[in-house]
Amino acid sequence: MFARTAWTVFRKDLTVEVRTRETLATTLFFALSAVIVFAVALVRDGRVVADAAAGILWVAIAFAGTLTLGRTFERERYTDTLRALLLAPAPRAAIYVGKLLAVVAVLLLTELMLVPLVALLFDAALLQRPGLLVALLVTGTIGFASVGTLFAAMLVRARSRDVLLPVLLYPITIPVIIAGVRGTAALAQLVPDEPMATFWVMLLAAFDTVFVTLALWTFDPLMTD
Amino acid sequence: MSVDFDEVRASGLGRHFGRRRALSNVSFSCRAGEVLGLLGPNGAGKSTLLAIASTLLRPSTGHLQYGAHEASRAGAPLRQRLGWLGHDLQLYPELTARENLIFFARLQGVTAVDARVARALTDARLESRADDLVSGFSRGMRQRLALERALLHDPRLLLLDEPFTGLDGPSTIALASRLTRLAGEGRLVMLATHDVDLADDVLTRALVLRDGRLVDDISGRGWRQAYRAALSRES
Repeated sequence: MFARTAWTVFRKDLTVEVRTRETLATTLFFALSAVIVFAVALVRDGRVVADAAAGILWVAIAFAGTLTLGRTFERERYTDTLRALLLAPAPRAAIYVGKLLAVVAVLLLTELMLVPLVALLFDAALLQRPGLLVALLVTGTIGFASVGTLFAAMLVRARSRDVLLPVLLYPITIPVIIAGVRGTAALAQLVPDEPMATFWVMLLAAFDTVFVTLALWTFDPLMTD
Repeated sequence: MSVDFDEVRASGLGRHFGRRRALSNVSFSCRAGEVLGLLGPNGAGKSTLLAIASTLLRPSTGHLQYGAHEASRAGAPLRQRLGWLGHDLQLYPELTARENLIFFARLQGVTAVDARVARALTDARLESRADDLVSGFSRGMRQRLALERALLHDPRLLLLDEPFTGLDGPSTIALASRLTRLAGEGRLVMLATHDVDLADDVLTRALVLRDGRLVDDISGRGWRQAYRAALSRES
C-alpha cells in the first residue's frame, strides 16, 4: 500500500508536470539565468576563482529547488486536492514520498542541463568522474528536497509561505550545500580527489537517511490540523 | 481493522484558532438515511464543523463518535468510510476525467479500479468526455465528476461544503436528487450551506449555527421558516 501510494502520487505529479511544464520551465530558466549571471560576474579573461564552478552549481540547485518546492504543494492547495489526498486512507507518509520523488525528478532534470553549462562557462572539469558526480548530485538533491518537501507541506496553509520557505529551508540545508560544494570541488581538481569526494557522498547519504526518516515520522501529525 | 457505523454523535464540540472561537459546545447526532444540513450565515462555524467531522481538524474540546469508534483513534480505516466534496472540487484540471478518477480510486485502495471508474463516469454522465481534460469542463460537469470522485470508495458518511455554489437550476436539481438517493441507500449526508433556498428539497433535518454556537435543531417540514425565526431570535 505504501509503495503503491507513493508511486501513484509521483506518477500523477509527473503527468501534470509533463502537461504543463510549469515548474520545470520556470526552474530551468531561473537556474540557467543565475549561472550565466555568475559567469559574467566571475570569469575575467578566461580565468575563474578556484572552486567557483562548484559553488555556483550548488547555489543554482538550491535556488531552483526552492522554486520547485514552492510549486509542489501550491498546486494541491489551489485546487484543494490536498484535502482529498489527506482524507484518503493511504499512509500519509507515502504521499510525502511521492511528492519528494517528483521534486527530485524535476531537480535532477534541471541538473542535467546545469552541469554541462557550468562546466562550459567556468571551464571546470566536472565530468572527470561522472559516477561520483552523479552520486553527489543525487544524494545532495535528495537531502535538500527531503527537508524542503516537508517544510513546503507544513507551510501550505501559511499566508507568507513564499517568504517562510527559504527562511526555514536554507539554515537547515546548509550542510547539504557545503557537502555538495566540497565534493564537487574535489572532483573538479586537475587530479580528482576521489577519497574526498566519496567522503562527502557518504556524509550526504547519512544526512538523507536522518532527514527522510524524520520527515516520514513527522509528516502525518504535521498535516493534521 | 474495518470501520462501519450508522450514527455520528458529537458532544460538546468546540474549536478555537488562537483567541478566535470558531465553534463552541456543539452537540448533535445524525443517523444513516438522513440528509443533515448545517445552516447559518458566513462565519457561523459550518465549515469548521465539517472539517472536524472529516477528521482533518481536531476539536479543541468535546468528542466525535462514529458508531462505536472515536474519531481521534480510528485513523485510516475511518477515513476509508468518509467522502468529501467541497466548493473547490478537488480535481486536477490538467488531468482527464478518467485520470482523476483512477488517481483517487488507487489512493482510496479501491479494488477493480477500471470497472469502478467506468461506473463512476456513467453515473456522472461523462462517458463521452472521459478522456477530455477537466480544465475544459463546465462547473456543472466538474461538480458531477467531483461527486463521483467522493463516492468512489463507497463512503458511509458524505460531507459536502457549499455543494450548490455556482450550479445552474438543472444541475442543482440533479445534485439534490442524487443526494436524496444516496441517503436512501443508507448513507449519512451532511451538507453545509448558507443558502437555504437551494437546499430546500434535500434536507431532512437542519442544524442552525450562529457565531460558532448551535442555535436550533429543526426536523421535518417548515424548517425554512424555523431557520429564519431562529436567526432573527439570535440577532
